[in-house]
Amino acid sequence: METNIFQYDFVIKGLLGAIFASITAGLAGTYVVSKRMVFLSGGITHASFGGIGIGYFIGINPVIGAAVFGILSALGVEYLSVKQKIREDSAIGILWAFGMAIGIIFIYLTPGYTPNLMSYLFGSILTVTNADIIALGAMSVVLIFYFGIFYRTILYISFDEVFAKTYSSYVDIFKYITTSLIALTIVLNIRMAGVVLVISLLTIPPNIAMLFTKVYFKIVLWSILAGFIGTSTGYAISYFAGIPVGATIIFTLVIIWVIVKCIIYLVKKFSKH
Amino acid sequence: MALLFEMKSLSASYGSHIVLQDIDFKVSENDFIGVIGPNGGGKTTLLKIILGLISPVKGKLLFNHELLNGKSIGYLPQMSTGDINYPVTVTDIILSGLMIRKGVISRMSSSDKKKAEQVIIELGLVGMAKSTLNELSGGQMQRVFLGRAIIGDPKLLLLDEPANFVDTTFENDFYEKLRVLNTRMAILMVSHDVGTISSHIKSFACVNRFLHYHPSHEITNEDLLAYGCPIQLVTHGDVPHTVLKHHK
Repeated sequence: METNIFQYDFVIKGLLGAIFASITAGLAGTYVVSKRMVFLSGGITHASFGGIGIGYFIGINPVIGAAVFGILSALGVEYLSVKQKIREDSAIGILWAFGMAIGIIFIYLTPGYTPNLMSYLFGSILTVTNADIIALGAMSVVLIFYFGIFYRTILYISFDEVFAKTYSSYVDIFKYITTSLIALTIVLNIRMAGVVLVISLLTIPPNIAMLFTKVYFKIVLWSILAGFIGTSTGYAISYFAGIPVGATIIFTLVIIWVIVKCIIYLVKKFSKH
Repeated sequence: MALLFEMKSLSASYGSHIVLQDIDFKVSENDFIGVIGPNGGGKTTLLKIILGLISPVKGKLLFNHELLNGKSIGYLPQMSTGDINYPVTVTDIILSGLMIRKGVISRMSSSDKKKAEQVIIELGLVGMAKSTLNELSGGQMQRVFLGRAIIGDPKLLLLDEPANFVDTTFENDFYEKLRVLNTRMAILMVSHDVGTISSHIKSFACVNRFLHYHPSHEITNEDLLAYGCPIQLVTHGDVPHTVLKHHK
């Protein structure tokens, strides 16, 4: 009986996790991919690992440490690139490794129980708590409202910032807010996919979506659908095969991308004859 | 013709580097002024001041508020600003020209969308409404950005080096469109290609830190020398071109 309850709870958690991960990753990922911020997002992800390490060391929830690190590094890079004071890719590269270094140092300095590094690097179902699911759900609501209300403003700033500055004085504010929300989205999805793999959760679904459509909001919708199929299937496979969930999800998403790409290629070839 | 705006002994600088000095300049309705000058001479800065992106360090910019304010200026920036691979359609790009009148929470009404359709027809972009920029030619892309600049029915249209991204095949077509637009709005066109624009503009202003206004469209080497405007005249062979008369 206990096993059944556990399984039931597990299915609900998996399903909700998959829904919220695909909504947040679909919205944030479409922005990241369209604006070619994939490398920056990778930097934010790895920098946030520093926060995880410090969180453990000082005894607070590591996700809070990661969120603080993620947002600060996102704002830092965005600020420096607005001021054009740095070579952005070099700064991201430094941030990427520095965050990882801090994280590993502090986790090893933490006395007593050493958390399983693998679960943070590659994701693990066992570490996903109810609180994580609730946080992801709240993030989904925030992102839906944010992108829904400011859709055109966000779209036009991200398409052509220089032109947007001719009619709006809010361009930089919106960039900072959007980048912070993306950093938070990444951090909250780390539990599912892990530090190393979470960026693919954001980038693969929009790339699947772009095989079907070129319109921004349709890319978001298709991304969420593709993300949901990938995460829920990956979650289930990971449970039954006993392999890390993050890796399974990413593997599933790439397979979906390849299959869709092949189908579209064949349909095009077939329809020509 | 009624005055749209006037600059009075206006100066602008980046840090300690003075870019524009003591500019006196007037633009009226139906003007079609070519703004020429060497690179780094302050042409784009002049446009940025009109757009309110840069504040003058000295002097004044006075708008005739009955006819012109910050919201009735259309702007065609240099090509490099938008990402041509961005997933945004021609219609949506043209609609972004209306954002100047809207707040950050904006919906496009059906009349806005109808207006975008009219602009698409006027600029010969029919059938491309749902395309993205990477599916268009250079000339078509330029017309999309021109559409974004004119959808709000501006009283003043600012063009920054429009010849930069236009194919010579589309050039005459583009200037013909500007001629039609000029019947309902003043145009200020920045260019370093004097040879091409001189047959389309009504007058020109030479900007090289100082501004010299010349109330005729004929630009000669002597004028350029006198105004300290070291630029080359560009001429073409075997294609339609304009040869300017000798200066006596």
